[in-house]
Amino acid sequence: MLATSRTFEANARAGLANENLQRALALMRTGFPQRRRLAVERLPEFEVLREIAKSIKDHTIQHLDFYLELFEENVLASGGQVHWARSPEEACAAVLAICRSVDARIVTKGKSMIAEEVGLNEHLEKNGITTIETDLGEYIIQLRHEPPSHLIAPAIHLMKEQVAETFRAEHRALDLGRSLAEARQLCDEARAVLRPRFLAADVGITGANFLVAETGSSIIVTNEGNGDLTQTLPRVHVVMTSLEKLVPTLEDAATLLRLLARSATGQEFSSYTTVSTGPRRPSDLDGPAQYHVVLLDNGRSALLGGEFQEMLRCIRCSACMNHCPVYAAVGGHAYGWVYSGPMGAVLTPSLIGIAEAGHLPNASTFCGQCESVCPVKIPLPKMMRHWREREFTEKLNPPVYRAGLLLWAWVARRPALYHALVDLTSRVLGWGGGSRGRFRTLPLANGWTAVRDLPAPEGRSFHSLWAERQRGAGKK
Amino acid sequence: MSEAREQILAGIRRSLKRGRLDAEREAELRARVAAHRRNLVPARATALDQRGRVDLFAAMAEEVQATVARVSSPAAVPEAVAGFLAAENLPAELVLAPDVSLDDFPWDERPLLRIHRGRAEPDDAVSLTPCFAAVAETGTLMLISGAETPTTLNFLPDTHIVVVRGDQVVATYEDGWDRLRVGDGLPRTINFITGPSRTGDIEQRIELGAHGPRRLHIILVDNLEKAGDGEDK
Repeated sequence: MLATSRTFEANARAGLANENLQRALALMRTGFPQRRRLAVERLPEFEVLREIAKSIKDHTIQHLDFYLELFEENVLASGGQVHWARSPEEACAAVLAICRSVDARIVTKGKSMIAEEVGLNEHLEKNGITTIETDLGEYIIQLRHEPPSHLIAPAIHLMKEQVAETFRAEHRALDLGRSLAEARQLCDEARAVLRPRFLAADVGITGANFLVAETGSSIIVTNEGNGDLTQTLPRVHVVMTSLEKLVPTLEDAATLLRLLARSATGQEFSSYTTVSTGPRRPSDLDGPAQYHVVLLDNGRSALLGGEFQEMLRCIRCSACMNHCPVYAAVGGHAYGWVYSGPMGAVLTPSLIGIAEAGHLPNASTFCGQCESVCPVKIPLPKMMRHWREREFTEKLNPPVYRAGLLLWAWVARRPALYHALVDLTSRVLGWGGGSRGRFRTLPLANGWTAVRDLPAPEGRSFHSLWAERQRGAGKK
Repeated sequence: MSEAREQILAGIRRSLKRGRLDAEREAELRARVAAHRRNLVPARATALDQRGRVDLFAAMAEEVQATVARVSSPAAVPEAVAGFLAAENLPAELVLAPDVSLDDFPWDERPLLRIHRGRAEPDDAVSLTPCFAAVAETGTLMLISGAETPTTLNFLPDTHIVVVRGDQVVATYEDGWDRLRVGDGLPRTINFITGPSRTGDIEQRIELGAHGPRRLHIILVDNLEKAGDGEDK
């Protein structure tokens, strides 16, 4: 997928001006966080489970080579195949080769962020294979030729009227006079249109929420049941996944599953959690005859041992973006690539480079909500700060910005000068603010004062008040 | 072995600043896996006796829009099925999993029910299956694929009826894994099913029946007296 992260500022402005998007985001702001909170309150063990989940993922990542080999061993033992892919190109080539080996013409797909990351649909379409997304949200954005704007709700940026418009334009065989005013009608139409596609597909591609080393199984978590139809009806099941989805045992998977749905949608458990191990057994009456796992690296192994290693704990629940004031204001498309919100702000520079995605780790207020709701306790703000540092040391920021930072750093390293300047500035601004106590405009601060007043300092700096209070305390 | 595989594994070891783990460490890790050690398991269901677990299972399943009918004996299942189909205005025709456990029910007493056995075909509107276990903590059914329990029955028909015996209710997912490991190897598919199919993809409004069944009906056969009430405390 082509990244537009470089134009984050323009993307964000467009998002703020987009009325439909703003209505859709308003629904999200109240929906997800409230449902998560209620689910968490119902499970007293939730906080301890977060700590355990963190340690399960850390343990797995520390021994990733071992668990990958064990996983592969068990996939092979159950009759499946593993395809290792260093790059998006290798992953796409592996899937195409599987499709060609069975003369596939129609492929159905459950939701897979890895497939988005490697641009799988485009690659298959280019090679003459019809690719049909079956998750309702993914299906809608596929028809609209848009990327997903959210990890688990890819069409969250749309209102139902827009979906109705898209269905009318694309489902041309259906009665023009039909009503599509309600979400119920839109769901029913998508169900009716997609059902024959499920039955016609030669290959079904799903993602994986977890891979279990102990058994060589892949696990998907869905609500619609599309992933299950996708992987049960065709002759071949392909799992598109990446290295860090591994957990050692089914017990470890159970622990993470208890956190996933609650953190994501606030459900106690998603409607469907499916564990798949190998192809259908000889006596089975249905199920795929072939089971393939495509394991993507794409820069993940290079994150190990470094300051971004903890990002590999991510289970893609979307809690961070659901609670992010920046995401809630500008929407997922502003981030310009597959992953958005705080997890995208950390992961995207790792995968496509900080030169391309430098804006993303800067688009944060550091309020810390993302880290406080993360089920595996990823220190997202800290890692965004690491990216900002790296952007600075690699001299990627604009010259004016760099000069300003360098000047500030020079002053900040000289405490006496710093305190004197802060004291002076406080007094001047306090005096300048006058009786109103705020500024309507201020040179060098237009960006701030264009949309709000700048409160004036009350005359003294914290440091000087503190010093005075300490002296007072010393006298007693 | 593929070049990509070797390079990825070598890259991981390089990043972790070590070589391949030594045999001793690998043996430790294999032992950790084989131990199937449970992590913290929530007390919600484990603290209850079997009767309490069955009640919790039913309450949690109803909370996510499954419907639950309790019957006192296996003999009452066909009647419960016919009653449900009539109440929902559904045709009295269904596909049954070819599982022997369903043969115990007196289907002959309901001659108006048209029944065939096998996997689901696109035209099947109603399916009926047994379950492998039922997890109390979230009202979750655990179904497994096999020659007598094809997976299509769980997803293709609009209405899915599942028969659960009281002694099949377990507290947690981990209990389900334990029961599974007693048999020989994992089945191709394990389906944990919690309520009917749903989507929130349009304006976050929950709509039932996205692609899977619109209705999930659970017939709970209360056989606890026979199985020994209050066991497994």
